[in-house]
Amino acid sequence: MPLANQDSKAQTNHVSLLDMIGPVMVGPSSSHTAGACRLAFLALHTLEEPPKRVEFGLHGSFAKTGHGHGTHLALAAGVLGMKPDDPRLPQALELAKSQGMGIEFKNLELGDVHPNTVRITLENHSERVQVTGSSLGGGVVKIWNIEGFEVRVTGSAPTLLIRNVDTPGVIARVARVIADDEVNIAYLSCARQKRGEEAMMSIEIDKPLSEISLKYLASLHYILWVRLLPQVMD
Amino acid sequence: MPLTLNALAQLGGLASEHLLKEDLEETGQPRATVLATMAERLAVMRASIQQGLKNSAPSVAGMVGWNAKTLWEAPDLLSSPLTRRVQAYAMAVNEENARMGRIVAAPTAGSAGTVPGALIGVADHLHIPDEKLLMPLVLAAGIGKIISRQIYIAGSSGGCQNEIGSSAAMAAAAVTELLGGTPEACVHAAALALQNTLGLVCDPVGGFVEVPCVMRNGFYSVHAVTSAEQALAGIRSVIPPDEVILAMAGIGRLLPLELRETGEGGLADTPTGRALAAKARDNK
Repeated sequence: MPLANQDSKAQTNHVSLLDMIGPVMVGPSSSHTAGACRLAFLALHTLEEPPKRVEFGLHGSFAKTGHGHGTHLALAAGVLGMKPDDPRLPQALELAKSQGMGIEFKNLELGDVHPNTVRITLENHSERVQVTGSSLGGGVVKIWNIEGFEVRVTGSAPTLLIRNVDTPGVIARVARVIADDEVNIAYLSCARQKRGEEAMMSIEIDKPLSEISLKYLASLHYILWVRLLPQVMD
Repeated sequence: MPLTLNALAQLGGLASEHLLKEDLEETGQPRATVLATMAERLAVMRASIQQGLKNSAPSVAGMVGWNAKTLWEAPDLLSSPLTRRVQAYAMAVNEENARMGRIVAAPTAGSAGTVPGALIGVADHLHIPDEKLLMPLVLAAGIGKIISRQIYIAGSSGGCQNEIGSSAAMAAAAVTELLGGTPEACVHAAALALQNTLGLVCDPVGGFVEVPCVMRNGFYSVHAVTSAEQALAGIRSVIPPDEVILAMAGIGRLLPLELRETGEGGLADTPTGRALAAKARDNK
């Protein structure tokens, strides 16, 4: 598991004024409640259909003080599609139960990563995705690993997530499609596990792509799946 | 290059204007949108103050919930309506937070009371209308942004100094601008507030954002007003403001894990703290 460069200053350069006086949220903790909710909300969108079963692996301070901070409720709220200011957040676990969504928590030791880190495994009848992210403080979040690939999803802009076969020209083709939609790329990362096998791109864009462009990308034979993660920051 | 505290102190005009301009360039958001959102947040802050001052229902773990109301209704023995107002407002916000009520993180939820306590408390004391509070609120946010470029604003990262220190610095700058302070005065108010929170640990009892968090917001909202008062009088931080942030970052790295929001040291690790934690776990 690659570390998330926790000390790099660049990590919090995406923070805006409205992140510092904000978010409007249900208490009691911006990192353990609001941030946890945002991480789970982003993770929810890595699946095509809502999950039937979700497992949260809690690391560090999330594991130690999560109960006191409503972290469990906030994580459940996030995978149910709630935002941090949703008044139903305190009832999220009961709501998940009534909707037939199985939610489990366990403690994890992930080594030298940010103390507020969660590994979320989401499953439904057709897919299973594992997402790891950290709540950096004040509601600012970063997902830094999906399915073993290094990514950078901060939720400060819509983010395209593309899982593809590592073959020449994929980045150029994807960038062309985004350009044809007249959308700017703010940040792009691409990581592969082995040469010629699978890779993943996370592309932060200034506004969401059109439905037709998303469908076109998904239809390309070297693209395995495409997801559009929404903006979660104000 | 993004603005630093030292660079901001050299500029003329309003400190908040410079930070707003920088943010609009970075995000591409229209000015009116940011200011309208700030106005909404100010309204939420006011609503949590009003709720918290009259609500005495216990918090999630039952350790707090009635303190803001108690203070607000107590006789003013010191004839000091300003400090009592500021403290009560700050604690009202944090007691709402501890009840899982609706608040504005500023910059975090655990430190959410300091900025509204100091800024709205001073404004109400002096009968200053809400529209005059928007740019000071922008300045508070901008000071938080500058700090967050050096540290993670989370108790789990560098102790409570990262949270309440940041909120007190933000509040100190905001109050200074509200009272006519130059960018230099605002920046030094922030630096003075920050250097007097250095080393503060994060040791919440049972891991709940209740003890010492609620009363601490009361204390540090007054601390912010003190910093503003000193800076407006012309007092300056001997250590340059950006170096104070670096000092905070260094201290955060030296803090042991037990004192960084794990609930395993300090007040949390007292006999009563441990007993309260066990009781709260049994109630789950």
